Amino acid sequence: MDIAIIGIGLFAFGRHDGVSAIEMGVAAARSALKDAGLEWKDMDLACAGSLEVLQPDTMNKHLGLTGIPFTTLYNGCATGGNLMLTTANALAAGVGDVGIAIGLDKHPRGAFSVGDTLESIGLGQWYGETGLALNPQFFAMKTQRYMHDHGISHETLHRTAVKAFKNGSLTETAWRRKAIDYDEIANAPMVCDPLRKFHFCNPSEGAAAVVMCRAEVAKRYTTHPIYLRADVFKTQTYGSFETLSPATPVRDAPGPVVRASQAAYETAGIGPEDVDVAQVQDTEVGHEIMHMAENGFCKDGEQEAWIADGATEIGGRLPINTDGGLLANGEPIGASGIRQVYEVCLQLRGDAGAHQVPNSPKVGYTQVYGFPGVSCVTVLST
Amino acid sequence: MPAAQTRKPVAEGLFTWPSDDPQLLGSKCPDCAEVTFPSQTGCPACSASRCEQVGLSRSGTLWTWTVQNFPPPHPYLGDAREFVPFGVGYIELAEGVRVESRLTENDADKLAIGMQMNLVIEAFGTDADRNELVTFAFAPAETS
Ligand SMILES: [Zn+2]
Repeated sequence: MDIAIIGIGLFAFGRHDGVSAIEMGVAAARSALKDAGLEWKDMDLACAGSLEVLQPDTMNKHLGLTGIPFTTLYNGCATGGNLMLTTANALAAGVGDVGIAIGLDKHPRGAFSVGDTLESIGLGQWYGETGLALNPQFFAMKTQRYMHDHGISHETLHRTAVKAFKNGSLTETAWRRKAIDYDEIANAPMVCDPLRKFHFCNPSEGAAAVVMCRAEVAKRYTTHPIYLRADVFKTQTYGSFETLSPATPVRDAPGPVVRASQAAYETAGIGPEDVDVAQVQDTEVGHEIMHMAENGFCKDGEQEAWIADGATEIGGRLPINTDGGLLANGEPIGASGIRQVYEVCLQLRGDAGAHQVPNSPKVGYTQVYGFPGVSCVTVLST
Repeated sequence: MPAAQTRKPVAEGLFTWPSDDPQLLGSKCPDCAEVTFPSQTGCPACSASRCEQVGLSRSGTLWTWTVQNFPPPHPYLGDAREFVPFGVGYIELAEGVRVESRLTENDADKLAIGMQMNLVIEAFGTDADRNELVTFAFAPAETS
């Protein structure tokens, strides 16, 4: 891929009463444009995505009615990665030189509801009426089986949460900025066995944006572009175990994360051993742990030793979720994937401050996962 | 005493009921033989479009499980105010499919991967017309 990121912007995730999702998206876009030293009228195209905002392209009323193609899309938790991919593809196809991808969302408090009708997400209404249509159940059951098969301990779940909130405490823009000690996490109320209260992220509000251009023109705009070496979007194949599935086949197949990851390494021409800093989808601690293996960073079961050794801490062998991830930032679904890219760009520029990974990381990695079995992976480098 | 309620299945076509030997209703692909639940005509494995409804095994093994400890949000029709946690699991059936189900057991200490489970039909909630709704669940084989 010959695409560069030349500007990044974040409207910090959290709770923002009285601020609309559109306002947050506009603020994130302005912040990314300012970072790039550009203005909205310099954009040749835009892409935006959100669960709660049906038409995020209406941000153009606030940013400026410049007549550009403004694509909207929604692919669950993979929205952010796909917004960047769609922007990159349009730039590569010659639609323009410079574009912007903007993710935004503002969810009600509490667990995500599946909406009024499950038919709108391809499921029978009975599935929700009987109390089965809940993502936390899937996260818990995939984790439960993985712990059984690969010898992952409850202690490793707790340590993963301790790291997330510690990293959140170091990150100015994080929502959860208080470190939480091990005992409080280990003794928190059970939500869905084996996962407890502090093991889960919460829905939140926020926005993130990146300004992108074709790599050959990047130096016109900045002295420190971050190159998008790969951005891969995959959906499930028959046999993988995915959230909100009334049934799943015994026949096993690699999930969308594994397939997106392998394709991303191939496109970027690197391997997992070359990654210096990674953000992975940690909807809860179980998925951070499983995603370590699905993204190829370690083998199944090796997470136990990695996490005991602090390998995924900011000073460790492969720092993961350095801004506290979803656990410390919450998940505004449309924006979450771009927040990961924002954090990796800060790290690769050396601008992450108190949560900066040491020794000048050169290669970064992001991965999102969600319903209905979708994943996006990006590889970024200086 | 309130008047006796009418019992209704939560949805038609999910399971045979009333029946002495209720069965879940899945579908089988005539081309690749993969089985899915609930039944549908399209095959997710090979894209064939003429899958046929089949009754599924009434027992299987617990492949994974959890306990739902908080009241599910809308559109849950069970009692969310006087909420009683319930088990949830995937039961592996001989047809080569793992079916997600409520479990009659909600005590984590009594659930284990690999245990034998049997299908039961249980009341779980009430609809807007005050009908008592029944759905499928799996019970540990020892106690059912
Ligand atoms: Zn088939």
